[in-house]
Amino acid sequence: MLTFTIRRLLMAIPTLLFISLIIFLILDLAPSDPTGSLPLTIPPEVRADIRASLGLDEPIHIRFLLWLQQFFVNEPLNLFEHWTGWDLGGEDRTRVISWQTRSPVVDIIAERMPQTLWVVGTAYIVGILIALPIGIYSAYKQYSVFDQAGTFITMVGFSIPPFFSGVLVIVIFAVQLQWFPSVYDTTHEVTDWDSLVIQLKQMILPVMVLALQITSQISRFMRASMLDNLSQDYVRTARAKGLTESVVVLVHVVRNSMIPVITVIALGVPQVFGGAIITEQVFKVNGLGHLLIGAIQGGDIPTVQTLTFIFAVLIVLFNLIADVLYGILDPRIRYD
Amino acid sequence: MKLRHLMLGSVAAIALSPVAALAERGSDGQLNIIYWQAPSTLNPYLSGGTKEVESASLVLESFARFSETGELVPFMAEDIPTLENGGVSEDLTSITWTIREGLLWSDGTPVTAADAVFTWEYCTHPEGGCAQASYFDGVESVEAVDDRTVTVHFTAPKPFPYTAFVGSESPIIQAAQFADCLGAAAPECTDANFSPIGTGPFVVEEFRPNDVITFVANENYRNPDQPAFASVTFKGGGDAASAARTVLETGEFDYAWNLQVDPTLLEEMEAAGIGSVVTAFGTSVERLHLNQFNPDPALGDIRSTEEAGPHPFLTDPIVGQAMSMAIDRPLLSEIGYGAGGQPTCNVLPAPELYASTANDDCLVQDIDGANALLDEAGIVDSDGDGIREYEGTPLSVLFQTSTNAVRQDAQALIKQWWAEIGIDAELRNIDASVFFGGDPSSPDTFQKFYADVEMYTNNFAGVDPEAYMANWLCSDIPSPETQWQGANIQRFCDPAYDALVAEMSETAELEERGRIAREMNDMIMQSYSIIPLVHRGGVSAHANTLGGVRMSDWDSELWNIAEWYRLDE
Amino acid sequence: MTELTTLEAQTYQKQRNQWWDVWDQFKTHKGALIGAGFFIFVLLFVYLGPLVWSIDSQYIDIRARNQGPSWAHPMGTDQLGRDMLARLMAGGRTSIAVGLTAMGLALIVGTFVGVIAGYFRRLDGVLMRLTDLFLALPILPLLLVIIMLFRDPLRASFGPEAGIFILIVFVIGITSWMPTARIVRGDVLALKEREFVLAARSIGTPPHRMVLRHILPNVLSPIMVSATLGIATAIITESALSFLGLGFPSDFPTWGRLLFDGTDWLQRNPERVIWPGLAISLTVLSVNYIGDGLRDALDPRIRGR
Repeated sequence: MLTFTIRRLLMAIPTLLFISLIIFLILDLAPSDPTGSLPLTIPPEVRADIRASLGLDEPIHIRFLLWLQQFFVNEPLNLFEHWTGWDLGGEDRTRVISWQTRSPVVDIIAERMPQTLWVVGTAYIVGILIALPIGIYSAYKQYSVFDQAGTFITMVGFSIPPFFSGVLVIVIFAVQLQWFPSVYDTTHEVTDWDSLVIQLKQMILPVMVLALQITSQISRFMRASMLDNLSQDYVRTARAKGLTESVVVLVHVVRNSMIPVITVIALGVPQVFGGAIITEQVFKVNGLGHLLIGAIQGGDIPTVQTLTFIFAVLIVLFNLIADVLYGILDPRIRYD
Repeated sequence: MKLRHLMLGSVAAIALSPVAALAERGSDGQLNIIYWQAPSTLNPYLSGGTKEVESASLVLESFARFSETGELVPFMAEDIPTLENGGVSEDLTSITWTIREGLLWSDGTPVTAADAVFTWEYCTHPEGGCAQASYFDGVESVEAVDDRTVTVHFTAPKPFPYTAFVGSESPIIQAAQFADCLGAAAPECTDANFSPIGTGPFVVEEFRPNDVITFVANENYRNPDQPAFASVTFKGGGDAASAARTVLETGEFDYAWNLQVDPTLLEEMEAAGIGSVVTAFGTSVERLHLNQFNPDPALGDIRSTEEAGPHPFLTDPIVGQAMSMAIDRPLLSEIGYGAGGQPTCNVLPAPELYASTANDDCLVQDIDGANALLDEAGIVDSDGDGIREYEGTPLSVLFQTSTNAVRQDAQALIKQWWAEIGIDAELRNIDASVFFGGDPSSPDTFQKFYADVEMYTNNFAGVDPEAYMANWLCSDIPSPETQWQGANIQRFCDPAYDALVAEMSETAELEERGRIAREMNDMIMQSYSIIPLVHRGGVSAHANTLGGVRMSDWDSELWNIAEWYRLDE
Repeated sequence: MTELTTLEAQTYQKQRNQWWDVWDQFKTHKGALIGAGFFIFVLLFVYLGPLVWSIDSQYIDIRARNQGPSWAHPMGTDQLGRDMLARLMAGGRTSIAVGLTAMGLALIVGTFVGVIAGYFRRLDGVLMRLTDLFLALPILPLLLVIIMLFRDPLRASFGPEAGIFILIVFVIGITSWMPTARIVRGDVLALKEREFVLAARSIGTPPHRMVLRHILPNVLSPIMVSATLGIATAIITESALSFLGLGFPSDFPTWGRLLFDGTDWLQRNPERVIWPGLAISLTVLSVNYIGDGLRDALDPRIRGR
């Protein structure tokens, strides 16, 4: 398994380079433009000058190589200097600069990360924690009232998109009841108990909306996978051996049912870092999802490229982690 | 509607009452502003977006700004230079500004003429990509006569010299702070771009790009009683409807900008009684452009260019006239824009001096008249499919616009009205970032105009329409040779019009300029290559506890934020 | 499982009997029957409804805008006075067609890639890196590129409506097959080490039969879940696409669009969101129950019980 992991990690390098090239080509081909959101009163000559000052006049391979150098050499060196305080003499090292804000992309990402992890991360964990028991119990008591109600709620919950459920909870809890704020305050800092309560209050609505989606999805896969396994021969054998029901279900069946669930969870983690575009927009959380959509609309190629590439790294990484976990859950799975 | 006017009236009355003058700096605590598009920088020279310009206007100022009536109000300058007071030279080639006595930057250093000279150098640097470079068009040099006197020299007589250093788009930046940020180095000065030092009522405390800005009152502001607010939170993100909700329904914010929300909903939210909707009209006109060249897809790459030849039917003013007559402008305005719109028949609706009244017949919808007009011209439905034919070509148009709920409703309405006069429309909406993006490789930009009809809003900055009216020169038609740049979107070309443009650029006398501008407007209108629909105003909302708001569409909406204050409940 | 391999030697008559077995089992599944019944009702509603309720979904009656439910407009009207009942029917035709076909496409591609990658070790690396690539692609710019390249050619060869339909189904399919592929592959990796697969392989069953007879039936349940979730996603995604100008023209209603447009009217005219919201949820729910019933009916272990 170790050699497999190392081989896959090595394989990931050319894969990611290739992915970054494809992303860059798509972004370059896409018809949005950094001057597109400017008022029409700004004349075309000025727009052309702005594009030139952003380096858009350079040929594509130069721009791609520049990004590669900035992202893989300059940024890590900068980070290294920042951490150690050593001066490696890189005054003229250029960083990846966002076209919208004209500031280093990596700094903006670092600034946005906490919001996204707080809100989307919490929602993800909450969602999983609710989904697994629901899925397991629904399958164990298939077609019981609990299962039927769970099916109904999760399917309706999944069918209702966050652009609607977000507004719905705002109207109910922020406008009518006035319990929770409808705007997330990104400058709020948790320093003591009271500020933590405020933080929790402003997180409740977006977490609720996101967790509903995540719960629905994961509990469906958990339930289906459990059902498959509950009718297998080994379950009958285990019961026949006199194992208690809880051991049979929670140890044997759950373990064998986890493979599709692990896949779904691993597929979702990069999305946690990617933020939830619509939910972030509705509650003005302004995390990474908001950054990404804003950058796409503003034609800000360096930001989109950098963000997308970081997601790509996470996708490759977590799919690898899922593969390793398959092997641990089911030792019969071999990759070499 | 009546209620709103009453409320506005009462707010205005309070604004004029002496209570405001008693306020002292910082006495009114916190002000919360929400812009649903978040500012990405506070340097308006690096990003020309409205959101950046308006947020920066809390900090950076210029010699003068435009009030809500379009009049110039001195800000950093002592007074407004004119021909009469000798501030503008007799030959119209220079204007001399005097900086206010004792004006300080927020860091305590004095403002000097050198700062203005530097600002000009900063924005006109060839590698800087300055977004506001057009404000310095025709400026030959900027001269520091002495510490407090700045003279702007023009290359040619400039009948309207209030461009450079006037309005929020061309503010004066501090030379000391931006000295190392000229040209290609401009983007590297992140600190300066994110928290510029200015003379305005507020100072940046923290700037988070595309998210939130916190400001505190400027200790060195020239008026010791202002601003009334000690701090400002300027939040970005979300959408127009939710921004409106935070001011009008939950009361979390005091001021929300650009509320393009269905007027019915806005009225309903306003009825909650927490906030009020305010509007201000500038020069924005929502209009239809009728392509004068042939956009037939079969023509491939030459469509919508001169090579493709004239449009099969839209070049005939009769067709355009009928299309215009079929539209119920008051209804479009009411449904789409409410208080933020007025039906208009002119592409140049304001200021008053320039607004023509010759075309006002269009304000009343006349479907029967439009049908009769087409019948008389022999444009009839000859094959019985409900669509008229023009010399054998059916009157079917592809009608495109940017994606925006109000525009899609307007499209649907217009399509139905045109169907009633035998003109068929296929609707298309395009993502705004592509439509306005101007990427020469995309077929969907408004400049390429690969459609028969398109709808969007345009306007001009400031109060002088000369540059705007020059949009429709024959030489300004977008084409592949110019990478599809050019403002003559509908491809209108008339030598008589070009002559008028030339005449206006040589005329200094205001009345005469008004006459020429009206004549040009009427010429375009009678060609029916542009069908104006709605004169659009800015729509914003403020909490009923917020006083002093005098919304201007000629400048930043927040132009007088120093005078804002909290009303006692 | 082994009994399935012997089935192929049986006659057509016997084969039909097996499907009768499936039907018999399906019939006993109450949820599945209700689900199927509701789904048929929805189909009748959207396809035959317009024959009964003949108001044009695109007809604007501006004087009747923003009305609540009445006899003239049982579901009220929208902000332009268009009849919501007619729009719900017209929207359903598009949404169901898009939802089913796009989901089908994503499922076929996803299952194919997943099974091949899981079963044939040599293709695993390549196919899973391809999946990683597709997962990593930035969707919005990709869509803008696709519109730019393919909209006009498709419109020219299939006409505006069919062209856009093909484009939307293609776009949704191509951007949503990856999770299915990963899930199916994960299950196949575990399945192919199970005893019955080893047994079947040891008697020399060729790969295509292994996949069709032994692997596929056993990964059916995650596929079914993907399918039901996929329909919901496709219906919502379609509405998101129209904001990019990639979807149907703006006066062309779909359920996702009706729900989005109605969201702002939630307080004033709640029926504008309730009906499209219910339509989407209940359709997805009914497909879910049909899926449940089918899976049970196809599983010989359960069928006997």
